[in-house]
Amino acid sequence: MTTARPAPPGTPGPSAHGAETRRPAPRTGAPTEQQDTNLQAPVQPDAIRPTHVDPSPATGAQSLVRSLEAVGCDVVFGIPGGAILPAYDPLFDSRLVRHILVRHEQGAGHAATGYAQATGRVGVCIATSGPGATNLVTPLADAMLDSVPVVAITGQVGRKLIGTDAFQEADICGITMPITKHNMLVTDPAEIPRAIAEAFHIAASGRPGPVLVDLPKDVLQAHTTFSWPVETRLPGYRPTTRPHSKQIREAARLIGEARRPVLYVGGGVIKAEASTELLDLADETGAPVVTTLMARGVFPDGHHQNLGMPGMHGTVAAVAAMQKADLLIALGTRFDDRVTGDLSTFAPEAKVVHADVDPAEIGKNRVADVPIVGDAREVITELTAALRSADDGGRDARTERLLPWWDQLERWRQTFPLGYDDPADGTLSPEYVIERIGAIAGPDAIYSAGVGQHQMWAAQFIRYEKPRTWLNSGGAGTMGYGVPAAMGAKVGMPDTTVWCIDGDGCFQMTNQELATCAIEGIPIKVAVINNGNLGMVRQWQTLFYEERYSNTELGTHKHRVPDFVLLAQALGCEGLRCESKDDVDRVIEQAMAIDDRPVVIDFTVGADAQVWPMVAAGTGNDQIMAARDIRPLFDDPEAGGADEVPA
Amino acid sequence: MTTTHTLSVLVEDKPGVLARISGLFSRRGYNIQSLAVGPTEEEGISRMTICVTVDDFPLEQVTKQLNKLVHVIKIVELEPSTSVQRELVMMKIRADASVRSQVLEVTQMFRAKVVDVSPEAVTVEATGTEDKLNALRRMLEPYGLREIVQSGMVALARGPRSIAAHHR
Repeated sequence: MTTARPAPPGTPGPSAHGAETRRPAPRTGAPTEQQDTNLQAPVQPDAIRPTHVDPSPATGAQSLVRSLEAVGCDVVFGIPGGAILPAYDPLFDSRLVRHILVRHEQGAGHAATGYAQATGRVGVCIATSGPGATNLVTPLADAMLDSVPVVAITGQVGRKLIGTDAFQEADICGITMPITKHNMLVTDPAEIPRAIAEAFHIAASGRPGPVLVDLPKDVLQAHTTFSWPVETRLPGYRPTTRPHSKQIREAARLIGEARRPVLYVGGGVIKAEASTELLDLADETGAPVVTTLMARGVFPDGHHQNLGMPGMHGTVAAVAAMQKADLLIALGTRFDDRVTGDLSTFAPEAKVVHADVDPAEIGKNRVADVPIVGDAREVITELTAALRSADDGGRDARTERLLPWWDQLERWRQTFPLGYDDPADGTLSPEYVIERIGAIAGPDAIYSAGVGQHQMWAAQFIRYEKPRTWLNSGGAGTMGYGVPAAMGAKVGMPDTTVWCIDGDGCFQMTNQELATCAIEGIPIKVAVINNGNLGMVRQWQTLFYEERYSNTELGTHKHRVPDFVLLAQALGCEGLRCESKDDVDRVIEQAMAIDDRPVVIDFTVGADAQVWPMVAAGTGNDQIMAARDIRPLFDDPEAGGADEVPA
Repeated sequence: MTTTHTLSVLVEDKPGVLARISGLFSRRGYNIQSLAVGPTEEEGISRMTICVTVDDFPLEQVTKQLNKLVHVIKIVELEPSTSVQRELVMMKIRADASVRSQVLEVTQMFRAKVVDVSPEAVTVEATGTEDKLNALRRMLEPYGLREIVQSGMVALARGPRSIAAHHR
């Protein structure tokens, strides 16, 4: 291990740049430090948010900022530019809304997502028209697929210029129509408070999602009136949250009859804040629980009923349990192709109870025997209550009936535990690094990840015990999500340690936000799992493309370009490097001890480690491979021999 | 088996609502056969009549996705047997003095109307079901069909009830 140019104790970190480092202000309660005069007015967490404001004159921009204050927004991530400029003037004076100046709008969008995923509140990002707005496209698509409550505010060219191909004009409402839950172009300045109120309501309620509000520059400049609260007018938006009692009784009946049930739990249960209720339901049913990639942490990994993650890189026990189940109780999950594999062979013997707040998810991929539309917390609470009053012998009898099933599950769990070997070439094992970060930082920390091998290992080898501690881009698979999402999470949860487990490919997409972290006082920790390659693509080339490594080597090993330690320092962060197993704990602990600036660790790891288990794309889940060429047989004569390699 | 479904959709009359709906159909892989939009008895609410050809199973998926659009208030599927369905067509037929009376005879048989006439052509307007309008076209085509324009289908359920009555 080498520590490159550590700052001597007592000297300001490289982040200071002559200005006082700003601590994450909104939630610390700590006194705000001396402000540079050209910084935004200090945000005062104790300042009282307006709940009732009589109509008073305001510009559109003032109306926007007051609406954000009134709706409960405490931080926005953004970059100013021509069309949004009027909004930045009143924002400068806000004591309630902190603005964090990011380096790229994509960073603002993912930061809003990370903030929302970590806190459960609506994340807000702000950008100017044209390219500023189009840079939000990726994070909005990402938030859409992962159902994250985000509000994006974009400037637009003046009303008279719309449609003329004006400078920095883009039809952002048209562009984001398929990737937002809703969007709106506000053409009447008097409508700004209602637009903001509706945007936050739509983003956060029902199945959450991103909402974009596009504001022409002259609307922001116009003189209007502001008043609060406003009446929302959404006759076509009425999410169903109360489940139908008949369906609940029917689900309870199927659970009472099941011999091989599985609780298939998705990210919706985190969004419904139903982890406590889920523990009760798991106890009442005695059934095994699988938590999808989006749901890691909603049910404790330490709980004996937790079989781990299902899907393409899930545990053998979780995948096998679903394949052999006679009942899937699907809660806040959507039978995604990464979970089901080939749909026609997925869980062939299972009846399905499918509960989701979005009726369009029910029956979309897999027919539901008992469809339940409702909020996951209400569904789980009512289901547990129905089971407690059911006449199927009660909890003890249900648990008793599942004993043979648990015998089978334990055999799978013990025969095919998650694991890894140290690389034969003596290089550092990436799985070991990630496992040690999880062990040292513990279950109270928040972990974000990029996309690829390191993401899967972080989902597998970190033990999650609490909801909202695992943030990743599950649906969209957005490389570069990790650093800005960690930044947003740290802003929302300033007293919590936030780690970003990133890859060397992902890190190079969005690491510019470390400059934001350094300047704004957001001390995240980034572990770059640097295997010198686009690792997941390389793994597929190894398995399915005859080891022809077309365009997957990044040169971060061979040429050390970039040198992540020097890059970290250039971005105002502490830069550390670790290359051997013996140094891993020491470097992680060194990073844990630094809390006045961001830390980046270049973990130089072997290039050949692979993510296992694996269900190859396009194959059925019965074809799961515990490791290369090792396939569990599941007592199924049709599952074939262990030497068959799926292509 | 593919069948044609007629959806009657109440929407808020907001800019872009047509793009939202047509975009949703195309990106989810459905073909719109015809689409007609117009005002309703209530200000600010428009009604779309959408004809779409799908399998039975995914129609449910598309109506569920449509229902998720914030500006969509209500969707009802109208069955041909319990609704009145109409399209409007205008056809410009080559008809000089020698055949004009024959064209007019066909027009009257279909209770269509002549809405324009010139020495070489007549323009015929007709409303009805798709079948009737196709039959009219087959009868007039031999004279020389110079131009045709057809509206999307509009439809209303039979009986006294209104689908708009309960949307609030």
